[in-house]
Amino acid sequence: MKMEGPLEGAIVERSFAVDRPTLIRRLRAVLPAQGLLAEEEDMRPYDCDGLTAYRQLPLLVALPENESQVQAILRICHQLRVPVVPRGAATGLSGGATPHADGVLVSLAKLKRIITVDPLSRTAVVQPGVRNLAVSEAAAPYGLYYAPDPSSQIACTIGGNVAENSGGVHCLKYGLTVHNVLCVRGLTIEGEVVEFGNAALDAPGYDLLALLNGSEGLLAMITEVTVRLTPKPELAQVVIASFDDIRKAGDAVASIIAAGIIPAGLEMMDQKAIHAVEPYVNAGYDMSAQAILLCESDGTPEEVAEEIARMTEVLADSGAAGIRVSQNEAERLKFWAGRKAAFPAVGRVTPDYLCMDGTIPRKRLAEMLTAIAELSLKYGLRCANVFHAGDGNLHPLIMYDANQPGEFDRAAAFGAEILQLSVRFGGTITGEHGVGLEKIDVMAEQFTQAEIAAFHRIKAAFDEHGLLNPGKGVPTLARCREYTLARGHAAAGTVRSSPGG
Amino acid sequence: MDTLIEAWAGRIVDAARSGCPLAIRGGGSKTFYGGPEEGEPFAVGAYSGIVAYEPTELVVTARAGTPLVELAAVLAEKGQWLAFEPPYYAPSATVGGMLACALSGPRRQAVGAVRDFVLGVKVLNGLGDVLSFGGQVMKNVAGYDVSRLMAGSLGTLGIVLEVSLKVLPLPVSEKSVRFALDEATALTKLNQWGGRPLPISASAWHDGVLTLRLTGAAAAVAAAQRALAGEALADADGEVFWHSLREQTHVFFAGDAPLWRLSLPSVAPAQALGSTLIEWGGAQRWLRNGDSRVIRAAAAKAGGHATLFRGDAALKASAGVFQPLSAPLARIHRNLKQAFDPQGVFNPGRMYPGL
Ligand SMILES: Cc1cc2nc3c(=O)[nH]c(=O)nc-3n(C[C@H](O)[C@H](O)[C@H](O)COP(=O)(O)OP(=O)(O)OC[C@H]3O[C@@H](n4cnc5c(N)ncnc54)[C@H](O)[C@@H]3O)c2cc1C
Repeated sequence: MKMEGPLEGAIVERSFAVDRPTLIRRLRAVLPAQGLLAEEEDMRPYDCDGLTAYRQLPLLVALPENESQVQAILRICHQLRVPVVPRGAATGLSGGATPHADGVLVSLAKLKRIITVDPLSRTAVVQPGVRNLAVSEAAAPYGLYYAPDPSSQIACTIGGNVAENSGGVHCLKYGLTVHNVLCVRGLTIEGEVVEFGNAALDAPGYDLLALLNGSEGLLAMITEVTVRLTPKPELAQVVIASFDDIRKAGDAVASIIAAGIIPAGLEMMDQKAIHAVEPYVNAGYDMSAQAILLCESDGTPEEVAEEIARMTEVLADSGAAGIRVSQNEAERLKFWAGRKAAFPAVGRVTPDYLCMDGTIPRKRLAEMLTAIAELSLKYGLRCANVFHAGDGNLHPLIMYDANQPGEFDRAAAFGAEILQLSVRFGGTITGEHGVGLEKIDVMAEQFTQAEIAAFHRIKAAFDEHGLLNPGKGVPTLARCREYTLARGHAAAGTVRSSPGG
Repeated sequence: MDTLIEAWAGRIVDAARSGCPLAIRGGGSKTFYGGPEEGEPFAVGAYSGIVAYEPTELVVTARAGTPLVELAAVLAEKGQWLAFEPPYYAPSATVGGMLACALSGPRRQAVGAVRDFVLGVKVLNGLGDVLSFGGQVMKNVAGYDVSRLMAGSLGTLGIVLEVSLKVLPLPVSEKSVRFALDEATALTKLNQWGGRPLPISASAWHDGVLTLRLTGAAAAVAAAQRALAGEALADADGEVFWHSLREQTHVFFAGDAPLWRLSLPSVAPAQALGSTLIEWGGAQRWLRNGDSRVIRAAAAKAGGHATLFRGDAALKASAGVFQPLSAPLARIHRNLKQAFDPQGVFNPGRMYPGL
């Protein structure tokens, strides 16, 4: 069936004819003296996010200091039909905050005030540029914390977290960003203030709050977030199990869940990752292991003792070669430090890496890891695996050297194969890092043309002219068709396995 | 495509062409909820059955017509359940209706709502296209989160065909305890306890009595029971009590007087709007009767909203079922409706007039 009218604009990739001098003049009038960067050397630091393989200078960089300045920027850009790209801390790994050549990159970094921390209601209201960890630090005196803990939490912002629906090692038990945010205050591209959600547990009408989470800056500019704070458990302990075979480790993950245990965290690292991390962090990992699992329990001392005993039993039954339990908080943090530093650690042993983010059913972990090992040989590129095993969320880190001709292309092809496999295994191309620019073509692997068209219509419901972060998240239909043709499918999405069959 | 779905798609296209909308009905257990049914009755209960269930993946996929009773039985066999305790209100309640109304039971504050457990959906939109969003895995950020958007959309965006839900292990141990407390003190206590790592899985205050349910490992429940020092309920009495709240068979809900649901920040003070029953640690408050304008204004002032949960057609028409939306939100709602159902085929007016 054909689509309706309003989409036409949004499905054609386009450039924007922008009158730069006029734009500069109008933006200068609403921003503080240092609030607009227009010189190449000043804008250079903003030319990429965590996906450093993609670089682009923006037309301009705006550094607003409060919501009304953001509003003024949006009004001007909307009026002049100029693209706007929101940027938090630029730790994103899919190119969501990569600038647009014809657009204004709006950094929310200066909106970094923690407005309130209320221990009674267990909520915090923060500006979008507040760092994830800063929220937990502010809540700590009350015995509370903000549960979603991406490994980038020292740097990444709450605005970015909402835009990506970020996860962390504790999300298996405590949920993703979407489960821990009560209200998002934002601005439409027209500059109107909107509140998605509220301080209660639900809001009237459609669940737009759910839609905003993971919307990659395509639906609204986030200017304030109300997050839910969680009481700190009395005790947390982590078990490290080492395995001499990566498949055993993969199966152990499924066995833990099958035993009715929901660990507070369940993470895995393969030997390449361990070997990158251990010399860097000295976390005490078993260097001879093919894989290690980190399995955490939290709660009352009685609960933790009971659960750790059950976890240990399952891990031993799954063939763990060695099992250690953290004996105090310092040791627990040390065990986790290695996991949290895994990406930078791998970054030390390779000039460049690509981080994949496919999610698959847990029972296929062992199969997937075997396939990745084969692909690594096929492409002649090393690959370390660090991931949220409990959620089935993989992070293969494909190592390459951008200065070697052809290596990036090989790495990208390697990554694409992993994502195709993720879809074929009944999973998704991205569990938490978002589609951004990086996975935009592979979207056709997971969605049909009709589904992609539905996404464009949702986008148009918020942003008629397609000005917010254009070119990200959802491929144009033309692009889908090209991808599908190139991949030789009869129709996109046909490889998607249905849960039934 | 399944022949049944094909027939439905044809029906949708016809409805779009003829301008005669469809009133979608699953098990009919929640027809009372929301605006009036308008259009030709369209029964979708026939599309039923569990498509896939993987206990070790903590995921079940069921067709929307699957009765909740049936789903619960299948899950229970493997020691699992839908942790948000969806209300049935009638044995005919279906998975699709559960998603469309997005009502959650007493455990909502502790574990989350329907939307927090939805992993994927398959829907028929107003163009007759079958669309799948999300999936069967725990984390998925490819594309907009349409699965969760469907939760609570009251069938206005499409016919839900299939839903994938996260399931959890059944609770190991549960105890209920009671305290004699006035409303204000109960609210304060609930919020203070909420800030401590206590295994409180449900709470209810009514008529000077606060009841708590503790859920978790046996040792943790016992420890919390000692720390809180309430009067313990017999296990069977506790079960009956929480069930009566979930199903609204508790005496508070009896009779034909309008039932208002206030969704407020848990710390909102006692509202003094008449006889009340408080759940979800203070975040859900039920009222019988009252002036709709006064109730709506009070809810808004407290930072929440009020729903006319049960009421006759006349009251629904004059008061509106749901709290009115701000102008920009109303516009986004209209645009989204247009995006999924451009000809207005599905459940017109069930959520807001004109939507
Ligand atoms: C070492 C490392 C470890 C990581 N570990 C994890 C992990 O464990 N889990 C995980 O989920 N991710 C992880 N990430 C990815 C990344 O940190 C997250 O996606 C994070 O949420 C991005 O936040 P940011 O502030 O850096 O956002 P940015 O990268 O600046 O932006 C991300 C997206 O959000 C949009 N955006 C930002 N701010 C706003 C706003 N105010 N309004 C609207 N849109 C906005 C941008 O346009 C962009 O599309 C990791 C990254 C690195 C480098």
